[in-house]
Amino acid sequence: MTAVSRWWARNKVALFFLSPWLAGMIVLSFIPMVVSLYLSFTNYNLFESPKWIGLTNYANMFLHDTRYLKALQVTFLYVFVAVPLQLLLALALALFLNRGMFGLEWFRGIFYIPSLIGPSVAIALLWRKVFGNDGIFNMVVAPLGIQPRSWIGDPDTALMTLIVLHVWQFGSPMVIFLAGLRQIPKEFYEAAAIDGAGRIGTFFRITLPLLTPIIFFNLIMQIISAFQAFTSAFIIGGNGGVLDSMLFYTLYLFITGFNNFQMGYASAMAWVLLLIIGFFTALFFATSKRWVHYES
Amino acid sequence: METKRRWVPHVKFVIAVAAALVMLYPLLWMLGASFKPRSEIFQNAGLWPNAFTLENYVEGWKGVGGISFGRFFYNSFVLVLLAIVGNIVTCSMAAYAYARLEFSLKKALFAIMMASLMLPHHVTLIPQYVFFFRLGWIDSYLPLLIPKFLAVEAFFIFLMVQFIRGLPGELDQAATVDGCGPIQIYTRIIFPLLLPALVTTAIFTFIWTWNDFFSQLIYLSDPQKFTVTLALRSFLDSMGESSWGYLFAMSILSLVPIFLFFVSSQRLLIEGIATTGMKG
Repeated sequence: MTAVSRWWARNKVALFFLSPWLAGMIVLSFIPMVVSLYLSFTNYNLFESPKWIGLTNYANMFLHDTRYLKALQVTFLYVFVAVPLQLLLALALALFLNRGMFGLEWFRGIFYIPSLIGPSVAIALLWRKVFGNDGIFNMVVAPLGIQPRSWIGDPDTALMTLIVLHVWQFGSPMVIFLAGLRQIPKEFYEAAAIDGAGRIGTFFRITLPLLTPIIFFNLIMQIISAFQAFTSAFIIGGNGGVLDSMLFYTLYLFITGFNNFQMGYASAMAWVLLLIIGFFTALFFATSKRWVHYES
Repeated sequence: METKRRWVPHVKFVIAVAAALVMLYPLLWMLGASFKPRSEIFQNAGLWPNAFTLENYVEGWKGVGGISFGRFFYNSFVLVLLAIVGNIVTCSMAAYAYARLEFSLKKALFAIMMASLMLPHHVTLIPQYVFFFRLGWIDSYLPLLIPKFLAVEAFFIFLMVQFIRGLPGELDQAATVDGCGPIQIYTRIIFPLLLPALVTTAIFTFIWTWNDFFSQLIYLSDPQKFTVTLALRSFLDSMGESSWGYLFAMSILSLVPIFLFFVSSQRLLIEGIATTGMKG
């Protein structure tokens, strides 16, 4: 038997079962990644063949394209305000619901609903009207003496409406926190009670350290997905909103690639996004030894 | 101590109900507004219509550009059902290989699969578009469906691998003694026993594909082929400020299938999120 036929005999069954996934991996992920890296060094409009321009796309992005820099600023502000707020709310509600709550399953389901429908176009449309000139937010805050205005049309508050929409979807991290809380052994709490620890001491010495792996997981997953947010900004802000106050990174990438057909430039933007997300993921993993508590 | 604490659960319950109401208020308001006449919608912040009407549903259903919402719902359902078939078949095949078979480079391939979960899809977006464009598949459902038939959503593979690892290996051994090969073990034993994981996969595929907007926006341009999400968006672009009632009514209808799925399978769905950390 030759080496090839031995290899084939050993792997043919697995290859059969893996073939759809392998084909997808090669044709839809691996090759496109390499091609988009190549395109990022070219000028390409889909109809003519790509022209090699070296690092020009990357240089333009950071040196000349003020709209790109604005998109970066908007996206960073969104990610690093919305994600922590959302996770704090998720953790607070998980702790609140966890201890002997009557109807826990019902509340868990109800608080999960916004996560379920939040990414849809229907909810983005609703948001446009909740925070619009004639929206119900104005009617609700009017008794507090706040002047009615379009919260979406004002560049100072437009991004806030998108952040509120993100925080509103705290249900899915909350469900993961609840599952994590349930896995903390009761004996730990009993031991703490014997030691005379109060509720606050118990929280900081037992609950919080044992939840850090879940906090870590939620943080990474939410940051990765928040960097890629698109639908809410596209439906609520259109082409970026007033003064580009809602110009998410992916929205600008979409405009560049599919409205202006600058596909080389859009590919370069996609690669920078990959590097940004990779950087933060690596950063969290690198610091995780200091603050994430894994049971030995 | 004991008597002092007795009111605590009641207070907590009231707070939880209040929080739930605040959170759902915008949604309930939209539901109410969809039954309000045009003149009332933006005058009444309350939930209940003063004058109840079905006009928004009747007029809204007529749709955009002469194409009714019946067509858009049909398109969405077809797309979602095919996506479910694709994910169930191909993800379970890959999961079976990872959970039960031995092969070269298994660990490396598994690591690649897990890493692909974190990959932002934008980095493959443009070459994929060019690829489908060259094949002449733009403005068809193929670019939306082919990835599902190639097990691209690795979350589901991971979910199923975890599930299969929990099934007793003696079943496979007994089947091998009875003369079953790997293919029969997959079709006769693993696939049927995988049912709970397959249902979870179907639910999530339904919700994600139904809500998906970005890829449908990129690949579909013929209004006849529009899904519900695309139709809502073009409805928004084509109408005046006066027909928000129609839009609210159709938005509510677009959320109904997701709600039905959620209510009928809440437990499976929430367990799925809790065990794999999937986002909903």
